[in-house]
This record gives sequence, C-alpha cells and structure tokens, in this order.
Amino acid sequence: MSHVLDRPSTKPVLSEGKRAERRLGWLLCAPAAIVMLAVTAWPIIYSVWLSLQRYDLRFPDDRQFVGLANYAAVLSNGYWWTAFGVTTVITVVSVVIELVLGMLLALAMHRTLVGRGLVRTVTLIPYGIVTVVAAFSWFYAWNSDTGYLAALFGAEAPLTQRIPSLLIIILAEVWKTTPFMALLLMAGLALVPDDLLRAASMDGANAWQRFTRVMLPVMKPAILVALLFRTLDAFRIFDNIFILTKGANDTSSVSMQTYNNLIRGLNLGIGSTMSVLIFVAVAIIAFVFVKLFGASAPGNDPGGKR
Amino acid sequence: MAEIVLDKVSKRYPDGALAVSEADITIADGEFIILVGPSGCGKSTMLNMIAGLEDISAGELRIDGERVNEKAPKDRDIAMVFQSYALYPHMSVRENMAFPLRLAKVDDATVRRKVDEAARILDLTQHLDRKPANLSGGQRQRVAMGRAIVRNPKAFLMDEPLSNLDAKLRVQMRTSVSKLQKQLATTTVYVTHDQTEAMTLGDRVVVLRSGKVQQIGSPQFLYDNPANLFVAGFIGSPSMNFLPGTLGEGELMTALGPVTLSDRVRRLVEAAGAPREVIAGIRPEHFEDVALMDADHAARSGSTFTATVDVLESMGSDKYAYFTVEGETAASAELDELAADSGTADTGATPGSQLVTRLSVTSHAREGEPLDVWFDADKVQVFDPSTGRNLTYAG
Repeated sequence: MSHVLDRPSTKPVLSEGKRAERRLGWLLCAPAAIVMLAVTAWPIIYSVWLSLQRYDLRFPDDRQFVGLANYAAVLSNGYWWTAFGVTTVITVVSVVIELVLGMLLALAMHRTLVGRGLVRTVTLIPYGIVTVVAAFSWFYAWNSDTGYLAALFGAEAPLTQRIPSLLIIILAEVWKTTPFMALLLMAGLALVPDDLLRAASMDGANAWQRFTRVMLPVMKPAILVALLFRTLDAFRIFDNIFILTKGANDTSSVSMQTYNNLIRGLNLGIGSTMSVLIFVAVAIIAFVFVKLFGASAPGNDPGGKR
Repeated sequence: MAEIVLDKVSKRYPDGALAVSEADITIADGEFIILVGPSGCGKSTMLNMIAGLEDISAGELRIDGERVNEKAPKDRDIAMVFQSYALYPHMSVRENMAFPLRLAKVDDATVRRKVDEAARILDLTQHLDRKPANLSGGQRQRVAMGRAIVRNPKAFLMDEPLSNLDAKLRVQMRTSVSKLQKQLATTTVYVTHDQTEAMTLGDRVVVLRSGKVQQIGSPQFLYDNPANLFVAGFIGSPSMNFLPGTLGEGELMTALGPVTLSDRVRRLVEAAGAPREVIAGIRPEHFEDVALMDADHAARSGSTFTATVDVLESMGSDKYAYFTVEGETAASAELDELAADSGTADTGATPGSQLVTRLSVTSHAREGEPLDVWFDADKVQVFDPSTGRNLTYAG
C-alpha cells in the first residue's frame, strides 16, 4: 500500500533531451550574463566598496576601511542637501513643464494633416543637438557680454544669481527634452482608437472631457513610461549645469557635487558615497513608478466615479 | 423619440469625392430603418452625418423639425453603437454604461437605477464589475447597446453592430436587437452591408449605391418591386437570375425560350416604353419542376424549358438546382458592381450564365440529368439595360 502512495510524491524526472535543452539554454545565456556582470554589476559593487573607505588620492597612504562614516559625513553635510534640493526642484519643475508642453506638441503632431513628417522632424531638432553644444548656446545667450536674451529681457548677468540661473537651467532642460517627451506621448496617443473618442462625443463629452476621461486614462501607461524616463534623466542632470553655472551660487546638482568631489577633489571615498546615494535615489524613483504602474491597473474605482 | 429628416443631404470630401448625394429620407418616430449597400456606398458616412461626427456639405438634417446641421454630437441627444463597440477599456461594464449619465450630471441614485435596469434588460447584471477585456464578443456588443439605451436618447444609430460576431451569435443578436427596438420604440438607424440583416430587421430599408439612394421601402416591397437592377440583384439570397432578352409582340425571348408575358406585365412594360433589348430577372423561387405541376396550369401561366442540372443542393426544406444557360450574360454597370462587391466577378470561368432555381423538395431532379423546369411568366421582371430601371415596377 505505502509504495503505491509514494509514487505521486516523487519529483517528475526530466527526460535526457529536456535536461540537455535546459543546459543549452544556460550556455546560450551565459555570454550576455557575463557581459552584464562585468559592465554593470562590477562597477556598482566596486563603488559601494570604495564608499566604505577613507580614500583620498591626495593622501593615498591614509586609505582605510571606515564603514558607514562616509555616508554619515555626506548626509550630515549642508552642501549635499542643498544640491539634493536643487536637483529635486529642477527635476520636478522641468518634468512637469515637459509633460504639459510635450502633450500639447504630441496632440499637435497627431492632428497635423499636412507635412506631418516635416513637423515631426522640426520638433525633434533640439533633441538631436549635443547637450553641451546646446548648453553653450544658452550660456552665450544669457551671459553678460554676448547675451542677446539677457539684453532683451533687461536682465543683468542672470547666470550670476541663484534663482535666474536655476530658471535658465530648467529652460535649457525643457527646450532640449520636450521633443523626446512629445515623441513618447505621441506613441501613446496612437494607442487611443478614434472610435473611442467618437463614442465619447456621442455620449456627450466635450473636448476637455474626452481628453481627461478617455484619452488620458487609455494612454496612462505611455505617460508613466515617459515620466519615468524623464525623471530618471532629469535627476542625473549634469551637462547643462556644468556649462551654464559650473555649480556656482548654490546651483549644483547631486551629480555636480559628485563630480567635484570625485574628479576635482580626488576624494574617491566621498565621491563614491555620493554616487551610491544617487544610485539609491534613482532606484527609489524607479521603484515608486513601477509600483505606481502596478497600483494603477486602469479604473480600479468601483461605481463609475472618478 | 424623434423624427429624423434628411433633406437633400450631401457629403463632399475636400478631395472632391462625393460620398452622399442629395439623400432625401424621412425617418418616422419610432421607426427602425436600415441603410444597406455594398462597401463604399456612403451608408456609414450618412450615419456619421446624422450623428454629427461628420459635417454635412449641403442640405439640411432635421431632428424633430429642428435643424441640427451645426450642432455638436453631444447636443443632438443621439446614441450610437459602433462596429468596434468602442468600449472604454479602463472602465468596468457599469462605468461604461454610466458614462453618458455621469457626463449629463445625473445623480448617483438615478445612475445606479438606470444602469441596473439596462443591465437587466440586456442580461449583463452578473458582469457589471468586469472590464471589457474580460468579456466575450457578444457581451461586449450588449454593453455597447447598454451604453446607448441608458439615457433614453432621441434615436439610436448603429454602425454594423453585429458584423464582428460569429454567424450563430449574429442571428441570435439580430432577434434581440429587433425585440429591444420594439420594446423601447426608439427611432433607430441601422447600417449594414448584409442584406439578410436588412430584410429581417427593418421596418423600412434604404438601398444605397455610390452615395445615391436607390430605393426606400419595406423589405417585402423591395423584394417584390425592386426599382432597378441594383436593388433587384442586391436584395434576396440567392439573388435574382438575370438573362438578356428581346421584347417582341407580347412575348419575351430569352435563352430559356420565348415567354408569353402575362397581361399585367405586358401593360407595365408597354406603359414604361421599353426598348427591344432588355434584361429579364426571375427569382429562384419562381421556378418549379414541371413533373410536380398540373400540365395545363403550367402551360397557361408560364413557360417551360429543359436543361441539365449542374449542381443540386438539398436544403431539407427546398432543393436548389443550378443550371448553365448558353448564350451571352446580362451586362450592365449595376450588375458588374454587384458582382464586384460579392466577389463573384473574379470566379468567372464558366461560359454562359448560371441559373439558380429553388424547387420543391419532392422534385426528382438529379445532378447531370436533364430536367423540365417551369417558371412563372407573371413574376418575370424586365429591366432596361442602359439605365437599369425596372420596366415592370408597379410601385
């Protein structure tokens, strides 16, 4: 009796062919996995390791394992938090402006009947220009000697004051990446069937209601992806600030601070700590967005109310 | 509830294409009217113009006597069911059906009551909290209907609502659409390319061809008295047989031999001033196996010919016998268009024209053997090949 009962509990044995196939699968994945480990995992692990040490290239002999002391030093430092605040402000403001402008552009491009290809190409020009080049053109447009825009608005050396500098940095960011946002959003717009909008207008929705109640919810996944990309990108802002202000007058971003410590200050320990903190911040942003995706399976609200 | 009047309504696209040309249709309050025609005949354009989704180029559209040409769709108080159903994917069935009411700022209790009532009528009560993606085709179709009926609009517009369903479900839904319309007694305009749907559903049918109204009438009237070759060929399944013929003294000469026309037909043809060369049209059911008939009656009321049965299809209730008729085929622009639409234009290959006859099930016809066949001379329709006009039209 007992040996009959034993039968079903034994693990299903893979056939010879199945096992060979599984081994082949692992072998085929291996090169890609190894490359991934070498170029992604190793630098991350190495910088985490560096962040746990006192390691200043000016004093190489003082190299010493200090545990979390670097983190304590960075997180209790006012400069870091100023940079963090500046980065957050730039990220939030520029991404919000980009979303609104990008949506308008996407709608315009979607509706354009004549010269659609030309309109799209023209829109994409800012995104095609190298960031540093674009940043230099903004720099010369706003600086005190050659600044035609500064002259136009009667601003005196705006890049030497904090708030105007931040506004110009945001302007440069928005100008550069709105086309990218528009392109992603336009792909989302293509997901909204015409019949749905026609049905909504038959159901009595005006243009704004069609946009907010049908178009936005249907293209929500595309919007979230666009926002995620742009938020992650904006949080790591570096080139524009580097060219426009070099971080003067408290306009440094966290990436700027990291660069100053790591490359200019040659302090590998503190620099690595900062880059690990940026990595963690970016991971948190990504996690929040992905969780948002999960939580936002369209229309979870019962009763037809929103 | 409303009367819808199309007064010389035309639609011309910016590229100059004329989609609808001077359509004159009066749709009575509570009427179920079908717009039917082959693809590209302008039936959907006409529906969209009534809905307000497309501008009217010329003419006037009146709902309840009021000109609505310039009104936005939302101000016309008309509901529409789309071929794709166009359900909002992010809303549950309940939210989908409630959407028009929410937009109209109806209070919560009323919304709940109306949605529940519509769901009960359409048998959707147990699906109210599901998403459209989790519903079957038939259920989605019913949700689309539900969204239309919840707010008691002046009229329903339906754009081929059943064409995405499989054949069996389509027949089932056809009856329920018909029942629902009778129950609600709301003016309904229904677009289809399927003549069976047109025949079975509508109080009246409008046959369209390249933007022009061909004929408006009850299904039976259209079947018995088609105004022209196009309507004759489009309405009826299997379709009417067309043969070239020559009119003589009270006689019609076709490939089936000479036919003495009945007095009624002769008077109509004479009154219409028929040309010599005509096209004769005979419906499949107006043929019969001579062996089953009283010989005397057969000789008096019609004409007899002998031909070899090519194919015999026994449907249980009837037998369809197919013959090949030697000689040229009837040719006209209308018939070419019908053939192109049904896809029979490319199958060609058989010389002569095919004749479809519906015989009694007791007939002893056998494939490959000759059979004596009678047809009713009083039911022969005569068409002018150049204009397509029905010369025996009694309307």
